[in-house]
Amino acid sequence: MATPSVPIPNRVEGVVDQTPPRTFAGTYLEVIHDWVVTVDHKKIGIMYISYALIFMLVAGIEALMIRAQLFFPENHLISPFVFDRLFTMHGTTMVFLVGMPILLGFGNYLIPLMIGARDMAFPRLNAFSFWISAFAGLMLYFSFIGGNGLTGTGTAPDVAWFAYAPLTERAFSPGHSTDYWALALIASGIGSIGTAINILATVFSMRCKGMTLFRMPLLVWLYTVVSGMVLITISPLTACQAMLTIDRYLGGHFFDTQAGGSAILWAHFFWIFGHPEVYILVLPAFAFANEIIPVFSRKAIFGYPAMVAASVGIGFISLGVWAHHMFTMGMTSFGNAFFTLSTMLVAIPTGIKIFNWLATIWGGRVRFATPMLFAVAFLFQFLIAGLTGIMLSVSPWNWQLHNSYFVIAHFHYVLVGAIVFMIFSAIYYWYPKMTGRMLDERLGKWHFWLMLIGFHLTFDVMHIPGLLGMPRQIYTYEADRGWAIWNQIVSVGGLIQAIAVAVLVYNLVHSYFKGREAGPDPWDAWTLEWSTHSPPPAYNFASDPVVASRRPLWDLKHPEDPDSAFE
Amino acid sequence: MGTVPLEHIEHPEAWKLPSRGYVAMSSLIIAESAIFTIFVVAYLYYLGRDVSGPTPREVLELPIFGTVCLLSSSFFIYLAEHAITVGKMGAFTLWWAVTIVLGLIFIIGTGVEWDKLITHDHLTIATNLFGTTFYSLVGLHASHVIIGLIMLLITLVFALTGRLNPTHAERVKVLALYWHFVDAVWVVVFTVVYIVGR
Amino acid sequence: MFRVRVIPVLLGCMAASCSQAQSGSPFVNTNIFEPVSTPAHDVHALSLFVLTITGGIFLGVSSLLVYALIRFRCRPDDKTEPPQVFGSTQIELAWTIIPVLLITVLFLGTARMIFAIQDAPKPANALDVIVVGHQFWWEYRYPKYGVVTANELHVPQSTKEHPLPTFLKLTSADVMHSYWVPRLAGKTDVLPNRVNELWFDPHIPGVYLGQCAQFCGPEHAKMLLRVYVDPPNKFEAWIKAQQQAQTELPEEGMRDQGSGIRGAATGGATVVRVNAQAVNAAQSSNDVNAHTGQMVFERQACVNCHTVKGTMANGRYGPDLTHLMSRDTIGAGILPNNQQNLVRWINDPNDFKPGCLMPAMHLTDEQNEQITAYLLTLH
Repeated sequence: MATPSVPIPNRVEGVVDQTPPRTFAGTYLEVIHDWVVTVDHKKIGIMYISYALIFMLVAGIEALMIRAQLFFPENHLISPFVFDRLFTMHGTTMVFLVGMPILLGFGNYLIPLMIGARDMAFPRLNAFSFWISAFAGLMLYFSFIGGNGLTGTGTAPDVAWFAYAPLTERAFSPGHSTDYWALALIASGIGSIGTAINILATVFSMRCKGMTLFRMPLLVWLYTVVSGMVLITISPLTACQAMLTIDRYLGGHFFDTQAGGSAILWAHFFWIFGHPEVYILVLPAFAFANEIIPVFSRKAIFGYPAMVAASVGIGFISLGVWAHHMFTMGMTSFGNAFFTLSTMLVAIPTGIKIFNWLATIWGGRVRFATPMLFAVAFLFQFLIAGLTGIMLSVSPWNWQLHNSYFVIAHFHYVLVGAIVFMIFSAIYYWYPKMTGRMLDERLGKWHFWLMLIGFHLTFDVMHIPGLLGMPRQIYTYEADRGWAIWNQIVSVGGLIQAIAVAVLVYNLVHSYFKGREAGPDPWDAWTLEWSTHSPPPAYNFASDPVVASRRPLWDLKHPEDPDSAFE
Repeated sequence: MGTVPLEHIEHPEAWKLPSRGYVAMSSLIIAESAIFTIFVVAYLYYLGRDVSGPTPREVLELPIFGTVCLLSSSFFIYLAEHAITVGKMGAFTLWWAVTIVLGLIFIIGTGVEWDKLITHDHLTIATNLFGTTFYSLVGLHASHVIIGLIMLLITLVFALTGRLNPTHAERVKVLALYWHFVDAVWVVVFTVVYIVGR
Repeated sequence: MFRVRVIPVLLGCMAASCSQAQSGSPFVNTNIFEPVSTPAHDVHALSLFVLTITGGIFLGVSSLLVYALIRFRCRPDDKTEPPQVFGSTQIELAWTIIPVLLITVLFLGTARMIFAIQDAPKPANALDVIVVGHQFWWEYRYPKYGVVTANELHVPQSTKEHPLPTFLKLTSADVMHSYWVPRLAGKTDVLPNRVNELWFDPHIPGVYLGQCAQFCGPEHAKMLLRVYVDPPNKFEAWIKAQQQAQTELPEEGMRDQGSGIRGAATGGATVVRVNAQAVNAAQSSNDVNAHTGQMVFERQACVNCHTVKGTMANGRYGPDLTHLMSRDTIGAGILPNNQQNLVRWINDPNDFKPGCLMPAMHLTDEQNEQITAYLLTLH
């Protein structure tokens, strides 16, 4: 058996399991069958994450194609019809088939382990949620070969990821592209709501003894807030899809402007979903940071109660900012002022979180392993993303910046610079727990530096065409606009990021077979998942753990200075 | 070095957490409330904006009888919940069946109302904004009632075949919570559609 | 291990250098930091204010981060754990209150600007223009003058001494669009079944570029905007020219020099005068072709979509062509307006703008030339 990096001095009864994992000796078919019928949260979590990584590659290729077309002005590499499908699918895929699954996958894997539970509250619902989400993705991508088939441009959605009405009404989108979009998102939404219900039931009803709500790891808190938000915000999206389908197939008039319907109503309903959705995507990134930064700074998280309050605060405030996507639609000046204020208010709890991370690092002993490199980049990048968000919240300036490349730069700064970077950090951090092997550190550093350079080349520079008047979702641009050089730099950065991701994929596969054995606790961490074997046995814990503080393993390793003395 | 953690648990046996069934059903109710809210908002927003076709005042009649049945079914299902908690399976089966019957009366009433609207008043989902929002909202509620009735019916079958006993009380109460939610939504829908909207 | 982040400052520098770019380096006519009109100026000033605050925040927080990462990095042989600090009420209070104050300042400055721009009073002499967004072109109507045109907007210059702002009313005939000419004002969306408003008062004459800024279908990218800011007398002349109607062109040998109804130009009434220029142009170009072209134009389906005022062409679906030759571009700003492009455009618009709603009429080359000859007379 492997030697852990820091030997755990004593084993508390029931918390640590000494049995070596059962090796599965079966045929390929038996292994596949085992995974298909599993209700084990760990396997389901891994399936979510793998599914998301595959779609990340697909959506990344779509992005590279977009960047190739925009490399030259008046380029004829890709027709407008294909281009419209590419950017619609890139956005839809990244949000619903990459972002949601990978974050819910990590939640699925980690939450029961972190709270000392045997599995999620409803394992079969868990499996159902995964499979309906998987089906949704396959249905969405089937659209490429449905319709006209491979000879035409297919009927993949081409109405932008937010599908504004009335462009999506039958009159303006007679094909089936919109229908694939609506149906796939309804299915995926059902899966997300199922997982949210599961997470809430698990967190509230299955914590081990001693783990009060204020002793849960912050990751679990953040996923609780995320799940609450999912419940409230996915339903508006489902309502949108239902209304759109009623219009398209039953002759309804929800968004039929000829019959008195309203285009702005779609925008309201969609963004009531859409804005909290991006907080649903970013809160798990905060969750990972809350676990990783303390471990690599060798200090407890600074201000745990404030972090809880800030997370809940962000959840609530984010429900009230949606119309900052609609500043240009002709709301009254009072409406614009209100949403400017509410959007700016989000900055306060978010700022508190950044300061708390800074204070966690302050006075620590920072170790720059690969997870920490990505986490540090996250801190800088999320700070910048938040500040460009403040710029966008300023309603009059928004009237210039809205729907320009400045907005694309801002939200990619959050989605890639904050969320994807923290996903990478989480992968390096928890891969050893999931597979029993360490990812290669040298390859990890190559991945990090390539990603950093590529990311900044693309998304720092991308702000500039926005300031110079370049709108988004255009398949080409005039040569005399002065945007070409900036587009070229952005595209080159995209290529570099692609190479970085290729390094990661190689690392993931190679280390699975040849990686250094990890042992239960390679990072010398403090939460309950590190007290199990790597990978954990199917039942997680041989008997239910009992905890007395927020960092049960710290208490074990430092009996002279346990956290429980301070709580 | 022993079981350090246990020192701080005053009453380890008093570690009581909410039941996962209740948490799950409450979460589902929150999600469903959100979708109903959106359809209600759409209904209210489009009031008076029709360019043609029948208006609510012209064609809607208050569904008093159906409403009374549905809302009183909440009382009867509460009686059923109480009965199973104290172990009276016979009483439980009776009140549970009454609840189902009342729900069925409501649904049939809705069907009759829609038949009148479609054949007599020529109001369909495609007629105008009122038609679209009315059938969507009331239909969304009716579909939730039907799903509830199916679940109640399955439970009744279990009860009649002797498979249900007081150890299942909590699960039954979780299901009843759903039924109470459906009734509460009807209060909102009724007010918005038949009172405010007319 | 650390990076210095100067992105907002860099952005500010680049923006400033772009605005210096008039002298020598390529000038970007859609730069939001090059305002020529009050709303754009106001936004520019506000943006500098916001950049200062956010730049300050960035420098402050990132320098602390950089410092912490260097100062508190783990020394190679150090295996000890640092003192565990769980929080500090005073510090946490401080870094809650300071952001609240910053947000208050930021919001108050912003709110003032929102009301100043959106609720600006409309002076009595303001020019009214109705803008109708279509897939994929722009329709302009001047109700006071009875002028209808497309794709190229003419507005008068507005100076401090003689303010003459233009107030646009925006609506859409089909899907959502957005009207964005960065140097004049922020964008305003163009919605069906709704009228939005936008105003600007450009003080430097010239041509200002923009384009549709809300995805509206396949040719969203080619729905360009050209705003011509004319000195007042030039604007008056343009209006007068636009108010004239065309006529049915005479057949060869039957030239009619001056008939037509002369009416007074009062507000709202249309002025109908013979466009003598067009008649002369018809004379000097290939007369047979232009007249034949008009017949082809009127007998093919062109008149179903296009209007030429004063003739029987009265279609409303496509751009008004009455004074087509007064425009620099065709296709909503994407092609120079000349004979060659006109012929190719009529032959198949999808060559230039795949997905645009004007169909290829499948006419012969000769018919294309004839129609073009006719269009060339529409000054």
